[in-house]
Amino acid sequence: MLDLTPDEWTAVALSLRVAGVAMLASLLPGLAVAWLLARRDFPGRALLDGLVHLPLILPPVVTGYLLLLAFGRKGLLGGWLAEIGIVFAFRWTGAALACAVMGFPLMVRAMRLSIEAVDRGLEQAAATLGAPPLAVFLTVTLPLSLPGILAGAVLAFAKAMGEFGATITFVSNIPGETQTLPSAIYTLTQVPGGEGGALRLTLISVVLSMGALLASEWLARRVGRRLAA
Amino acid sequence: MSGPAPTLSVALARCLGAFSLDVAFTAGPGLTALFGRSGSGKTSVIGLLAGLGRPDRGRIALGDEVLLDTARGIDVPAHRRRIATVFQEARLLPHLSVRANLGYGRFFARRHPGPAADLAQVVEMLGIGHLLARRPAGLSGGERQRVAIGRALLARPRLLLMDEPLAALDEARKAEILPYIERLRDEAGVPIVYVSHAVAEVARLAGTVVVLEEGRVAASGPADAVLRRADRLPAHAGEAGAILDLTVAAQDPDGGLTRLSGPAGTLVVPHLARPVGARVRVRVPARDVLVATRAPVGLSARNVLPGRILALDARGAAVMVEIACNGVALAAHLTGASVRDLGLAPGLPVYAIIKSVAFDPTEVGTRAVEI
Repeated sequence: MLDLTPDEWTAVALSLRVAGVAMLASLLPGLAVAWLLARRDFPGRALLDGLVHLPLILPPVVTGYLLLLAFGRKGLLGGWLAEIGIVFAFRWTGAALACAVMGFPLMVRAMRLSIEAVDRGLEQAAATLGAPPLAVFLTVTLPLSLPGILAGAVLAFAKAMGEFGATITFVSNIPGETQTLPSAIYTLTQVPGGEGGALRLTLISVVLSMGALLASEWLARRVGRRLAA
Repeated sequence: MSGPAPTLSVALARCLGAFSLDVAFTAGPGLTALFGRSGSGKTSVIGLLAGLGRPDRGRIALGDEVLLDTARGIDVPAHRRRIATVFQEARLLPHLSVRANLGYGRFFARRHPGPAADLAQVVEMLGIGHLLARRPAGLSGGERQRVAIGRALLARPRLLLMDEPLAALDEARKAEILPYIERLRDEAGVPIVYVSHAVAEVARLAGTVVVLEEGRVAASGPADAVLRRADRLPAHAGEAGAILDLTVAAQDPDGGLTRLSGPAGTLVVPHLARPVGARVRVRVPARDVLVATRAPVGLSARNVLPGRILALDARGAAVMVEIACNGVALAAHLTGASVRDLGLAPGLPVYAIIKSVAFDPTEVGTRAVEI
């Protein structure tokens, strides 16, 4: 049953790489945005909040198309980035970018909630003891919200594993380069005799997603326990 | 400690919805109590002093260093003020051990001039040596508060703020911590601003009292002068009383009584577990003092002090009588009718009668070292 063809293995490996890179690359920006939204009041806060959540509400095809307009070879940023050697269009890096953008709201939401759950009194106490703001974040806010931050990262990874619409619109469906698990399953369902392969990849997809979800749930429960203590 | 403790001078104004705060006071060395009911603005003042909020207008200076001056656009952030705070709920960092909590402020104080704070000495003073390896979650309320005090001290602050550090504790825990705060006041050399709504605590600890009422300073001055006068404690008029600094003169071996002596005379109180010669501070509530114009006979009360009436202050049906007993002032709460019947007037020689049960041993503090 799990005798995957080399092409199917390629899709699985590519998906893991794309999701991993998407998750790792959005970790720091996600944390920064989550902290800003949780702890700072600034002009444009509502705008940032809306912008972060936009990919959650827009049709994924629209998000993918917007990415194409911005980061395509002749796009607003794409042309300029290509000059310094960074190309997203029709590359696996583009798939990672699409997955990162789609997973960003989920990641920020989980991180923001866990940062908001940290008692501000503790942060204030640290400040009165002489800790500058960055030290307060690293020694108080970060360790106390760590389980929620990890949960957000896992959630973004799981989302990236399943991302389809924005990815296929932005970087197409090129085997070995941009054909992730969902794209491969979609392709297999479109060709005669592909049902076996589609079923195998579906099974793998279900197992990976369930694993990520369980990990995320487990981390969320740990947060709850810590806050109740 | 380097040099004499600087004087804190404060002037703050802030409007928050219907509540407006407008206070000005100074606090010298020793312990200054910010005293008032909940909602009187005490905690707001502490937050503004610590730099955790910003007033509409105001100035805060510690010695000649200005920490806040809204007119000149100066607002030193909390972490650079070197004003440590002991909060009501201790606020220990839950993910760190007691040792790491103590080390926290010490780490950030490492660049301050002068010698590093002595961890061993602070641990010994607060009696927390056996807690070092534990987590805050496993500590009792009293232990937590002692660790919080130690943590604040090790940050080597120039001023220590204590925001009702005993309010969340039961009587036994309060009695456990009060002696440590007294040692802190007398030994640490850091001026303390101490917020409380409990007269007993303030009377025991404070050298200076600032009374807050609805966001305004209702009275301020030396503790004995402020706490004796009901007119300076509008919200606590019933709790006004004199503060006497006395010495244990003798222990009555069988009666379970202790004799205390001072300039005002000798007082007999229920047994106090203090050695002869120990200095104690007691509070004599005005409502527990009676006044007689002749030396009383056949009376169960043991404490009769001769003196002269200093002043009378009518407040509705009640009259606050101030009596000078050999240079020490006592206060008595009498009815207007009694004052008329006895013909009390300033200068009249009288006897102040104090019920010995008026002394609450748990309220007895060691006397503050005179500065």
